[in-house]
This record gives sequence, structure tokens and C-alpha cells, in this order.
Amino acid sequence: MASPDLLLSASSGHYIHVGVINVSVTNLLIVLAMIVVFVLALVLPFPGAADLGPDRGEQS
Amino acid sequence: MTALRTTTVGAAGHPSTNWTTWLRGRISGLVPPGEALPDRQPAYVVSWIYVFGVLTLAALVVVLVSGAVLAAGGVAWWHVSGLGHFVNSMHLWSVELFFAFMVIHLWGKFWMAAWRGKRVLTWVIGVLAFVASIGTAFTGYLSQSNFDAQWISAEAKDGLNAVAIGAWFNVLNPGQMLLWHVLLLPVAVGIVTVWHIVLVRRHGVVPPLDSERGE
Repeated sequence: MASPDLLLSASSGHYIHVGVINVSVTNLLIVLAMIVVFVLALVLPFPGAADLGPDRGEQS
Repeated sequence: MTALRTTTVGAAGHPSTNWTTWLRGRISGLVPPGEALPDRQPAYVVSWIYVFGVLTLAALVVVLVSGAVLAAGGVAWWHVSGLGHFVNSMHLWSVELFFAFMVIHLWGKFWMAAWRGKRVLTWVIGVLAFVASIGTAFTGYLSQSNFDAQWISAEAKDGLNAVAIGAWFNVLNPGQMLLWHVLLLPVAVGIVTVWHIVLVRRHGVVPPLDSERGE
């Protein structure tokens, strides 16, 4: 049978508490990963974008 | 032998009063000709930030299919079956991706002010889709048939009672929450999603802020 300490550590997780903000480390990492993906989507070139050149028309 | 005769209602210059004619006209007029499933897009769409709308849609398809398999197996199936556990995990992770893609889509559209060019309703319907999705995910957590579901419902009941909807939306009633999760809310999400896509196809993809088109 698992000890009470093990049960508590398995269920509670780690939280960051700053003022009114209380967020679990897991959720904070997910939010940070989403921000990274968002920034990468803005800065990474899309395949084929360079072929269009400065005179951009409709592309199929 | 009697000859088969057909008539064309609405011929000879008279407008048709058939409801089928009316409905056909409404459906065909939802989006401009050729825009329902286009094979060409404006050049400014060549950017990764424009991908997250369709990624959200793809994740939603996986959510619906895996959810349908779970519904066929019943609420206890995923507790006792390896395949059920796999499908349940696929349902959870496709929902996680669905929300991540949807929020990144939301960020992208917010920072490019996607309501420009008479696209306000598209933005508002997108907000409705977000809210309906949150409700669907919430009732999904309540439908896990485990202690986690009990804990969440016990924590949520006071908040929902405080806003006076607890009598009609009782989170302590797992049967009611399951039906909201597998029928009512998915139908709502489906309707607003189709509505959102029709509006996007009708008005076109919003151009970047530095573009003159759509301002």
C-alpha cells in the first residue's frame, strides 16, 4: 500500500503562486510552449514563400 | 400505361414558391461561387500563422471520432480495456491540441485585428466557438467516471450555484453532464464551427495589417 506522502506527492503537483496568480508548473510550461510555437509561426518562413518573390499575386 | 409527367414550378416567369427552391438558393448563396472549397489563396496566406485555424479543425475531427468510439464503448469501457484506454488518451490529447491550436489561432487573429473588412461576425462566432468548446471540455472532465470527475464537480457546484444555473445545469448529476458532453454541446460546437467557416469563406482570409486590402 502506498504511503500517504507518496499519495500526496502524486496528486498535488507543484504550483507557482505570485499574488493573485496561482498556476501549476505543468500548465505554465504548456502556456510557455504555446507562446514559443506562436512566435515561431510568425518568424519561420513558410515553404514556398520565397518562390513568390516581391510581386505577390494569388497562389495555388 | 400512364405517362410520367413532370412540372416545373416557377416556370413562365413566376417566382417559385417551393421551399426546396428557397433552401437551394440559400445554400448556394452562402459563399461566393468557387469559394466553398477554393484551390487558390491570396499570397499573404503563405505564413505559418494562417495554419492554426485548419489545425484546430483537424484536431476537432479527431476529437469527434475518438469521442464517438468512446461513446460506443460506454462510460466504463476505458477503465477496463487497453484499447479503451488508448482511445481515451487519444480523445484527451486531441482536445489538448485542439485548445492549443485554437488559442494560438485566437492570438494571431487578435494581433492582426481580424475583425477588419466587415469580419466582425466571424470574430464573434469564433468567440462563441471558444466558449462552447470550454463548456464541452468541462463536461468532459465531469464524465470521466472517476474520482477526478467527482472532485471537479464538487468544486464547481458552488460557483455554478452562485450564478444561479445550478438547478438546470447540475454538475453533481453525472448523467446530465454526460448528455451535455456527448450531444448538446458538441452539436453547438459543430454549428458555430460550420458557421465560422462559412463566414471565413464568404469574406475571405483577413489580410495582414500592412496590406491595404480589407481595411
